[in-house]
Amino acid sequence: MLKILKYSFYDLIRSRWSYVYFLFYLALGFVLLFLNNDVSKAVITLMNVIIVLIPLIGTIFGVMYYYNSREFTELLLAQPINRRAIFMGQYFGVAGSLTLSLVLGLGIPFVLYGLLRSNAIFDFTLLLVTGAFLTFIFVGLSFVIAISNENKIKGFGYAVLLWLFLAVVYDGLFLMSLIVFEEYPLDTFSLVATALNPIDLSRILILLKLDISALLGYTGAIFKKFFGTDLGFLVSMAILLLWTILPILGLSLKAKRKDF
Amino acid sequence: MHLKFPLHPTLKYILGSLLFIMGSPIWASTWNICRDCEHSSIKKTIALAKAHDTLLIQKGIYKEFEILVDKPLVIKGIGYPIVDGEKKGEIFRVQSDNVTLDGLFVINVGISYTKDNAAIRVVQSKDFLIQNMVLEQLFFGIYLEKSSHGKVYHNRIIGEAVDEYNSGNGIQLWYSTDIEVLKNHVQGTRDGIYLEFSDRITITYNTSMDNLRYGLHFMFSNHDVYSNNTFENNGAGVAVMFSKFITMKNNTFRKNWGTAAYGMLLKEINDAEISGNTFEENTIGINIEGSNRIQYHNNDFINNGWAIRVIGACYTNSFKGNNFLYNSFDISYNSKLNDNVFEGNFWSSYTGYDLDRDGIGDVPYRPVKLFSYVVNRTPETIVLLRSLFMDIIDFSERVSPVFTPDNLKDAQPLMKIRR
Repeated sequence: MLKILKYSFYDLIRSRWSYVYFLFYLALGFVLLFLNNDVSKAVITLMNVIIVLIPLIGTIFGVMYYYNSREFTELLLAQPINRRAIFMGQYFGVAGSLTLSLVLGLGIPFVLYGLLRSNAIFDFTLLLVTGAFLTFIFVGLSFVIAISNENKIKGFGYAVLLWLFLAVVYDGLFLMSLIVFEEYPLDTFSLVATALNPIDLSRILILLKLDISALLGYTGAIFKKFFGTDLGFLVSMAILLLWTILPILGLSLKAKRKDF
Repeated sequence: MHLKFPLHPTLKYILGSLLFIMGSPIWASTWNICRDCEHSSIKKTIALAKAHDTLLIQKGIYKEFEILVDKPLVIKGIGYPIVDGEKKGEIFRVQSDNVTLDGLFVINVGISYTKDNAAIRVVQSKDFLIQNMVLEQLFFGIYLEKSSHGKVYHNRIIGEAVDEYNSGNGIQLWYSTDIEVLKNHVQGTRDGIYLEFSDRITITYNTSMDNLRYGLHFMFSNHDVYSNNTFENNGAGVAVMFSKFITMKNNTFRKNWGTAAYGMLLKEINDAEISGNTFEENTIGINIEGSNRIQYHNNDFINNGWAIRVIGACYTNSFKGNNFLYNSFDISYNSKLNDNVFEGNFWSSYTGYDLDRDGIGDVPYRPVKLFSYVVNRTPETIVLLRSLFMDIIDFSERVSPVFTPDNLKDAQPLMKIRR
C-alpha cells in the first residue's frame, strides 16, 4: 500500500494541478494578508473560502483522478497485490497531496506575516485541521461514487450533486425546517443537524473559536456549551473522523466486491 | 503734622476684600479630626461644628456609619482616611445645601433588601460638591435624591457586584436636576450611572466598565447631555429609555459582547442627537425600539454583530455620514415599512462604482440583508451564519428586493471612509 501511496503521491505532486492548487492558496493567503494586514481577520475571510472550496476541489479531484488512473489501476489489479492496498494507496495519495498543497499554500504566507507571534495561531491551526478533514472526507466520498459508477458522466454528476447537496441544499432544507417548526424548541435539532453535515460542523467549529459566537444569541449559547468545551471539541473531532472513516470503509468494501 | 495717605479706589477695594478673606476664619473655623486628637469622631465633630466650617480628617481608620451632615460644611480627607461602615448601613447622608465632600476612602456599605443604603446619599440639597472620593465594597455608591445644582467630580467607585438582586448602582440620580457628573470611574456595580426623573444633567468624561447590567441607564430623564464617556464590557451596555431631548456625543461603546448585550439600547426616545460616537465590537451596536426624530450623524460602527437593529415603530430618523465597518449585519429591520433616511454613509461592504468621480457611489446600497430578516423571525436560523446558501439568498434579495423595504437604501453611499 505504501508503495502505491508513494507512487500516487509523487505522480500528483509532479502534476500541474497540484501546483495550480498550491499556487492558488499561496496567492489567496498573500492577498488576504496584504489587504487586511490582520491575521485574525484574514482567518475569518479564509474560513468562507475553505468551507466552500475545499469540498468542491476534493470532490472533483477525487473523481477525476480515479477515472484517469483507471487503466493503471486495472494493470495493478493484474499483479499479485492486495486490492485494498491499491485503492487505499491511491486514496491517501490524492488526499495527502491536496492537504499538503493546502497546508503549505496557506501556511507559508501566514508564517511570513508573523502568525507565530500572533495569538491567532490556534484558530489558524483549527482552520487547517478542519480543511484537512474536509479534504479527506470529500476525496473519500468521491472515490466511493467513482468506484460505484462505471459511467464517467454519471460519476461526475453524482459527485458534484453530492457537493451541492452538502454545501448548499442541506442548509436550505435546514433553514426551511427551522422556519416551519419555529414553534417548537429547536436547540437539539439544530445541534444534531449541524453535526450531521461535515461542512456545517466545520463552519460552526471555526465560528465558535472566532469570537463571533455571541452573535449566535441564545442558540449560540447552547452551541458554545456543547462545542466550546473540551468534550464538545473532542466529540466534533470524533464526528469528523467518523465522516472520514465511513467513506474509507465503503471504498474498501466496494473495492473488494467489485468485478473489474 | 498731617500725614496724607491717598488711596486709589481700586486698591481700596482689593484691600477691603483681602481683609474680608483674612477675616472670614473668625466666623468659620477648621476642625481637625484624627485618632488621638481632641476630636476623634466625625459624627461628634459635625454636631459641634457650625455652618460653613471645615473639617479636616487626618489619615486613619474611622469606623462610623450613618453620618448625618445637616449643615453646610466642607469635609476634607487628608491622605485618604478610611471611613469604614462595617456593613451596618448607610455611611454619609447629606441633608443641607453647600456641602463639600473631598478625598475620603469610604468602604463597607451595609447591604439591605429593604433600604437602598448608599456610601454617600444627598437628600434635597443644593450646590453640593462630591470629589476625589474612593468608594469600595459598596451597595449604592453616590445616591442623589431630589437634589440640584451639584457636581460629582473625579470619584472612583469600585464594586464587587455578583448578582443583580443584592447589588446597587454606582451613581444614582433620582428626581435631581442640573447636576454635573464629570471624570468619574465606575466599575463592578449593577448600573454604573443611573438616572431616573432627572433633567438637565451633564455627564462627561466618565468611564463605566464591567458593570453587571448597564454602564449608563436613563429612565424618564429629559434634556440631558452625555459626551466623551467610555462604556466598556458592561453586562448589557447602555440603556436610554423613555426620555426626550438627550444629546449623546463622542462616547465610546466597546466590547459589550454577549447574548443580551447592546452597545446602546434605545427605547421610546424622541428628538435625540447621537453623533460622533464609536461603537466597537458590540453584539448589537444600537438597538432601537419606538424611537422617533433622532439624528444619527458621523458615528463609527466597527466590528459589531449588528451595527443597528431596528425593532419597530421608528419614524423620521436620519442616518447620515456614519461609517459602517466590517459588521456582520449593518442594519436589521423587522418591518416592511421604512420612514427613516439613510444618506451619505460609508459601508465597508458596498461594491458599487463611482464613474463621475464625485466621491459618491452611483449605485444605491441596500444595507438590510434578507438573512437578518429571517433571523428576526426565527432566531435559531442564526446557526446558518456565513454559509454559502445564505450568501446566495442575500445576493438574490439584493438584486431584486422582495422581503426588505424597497426604499430602504442609501442612495448616496460614500466611496471613501469618512475621517
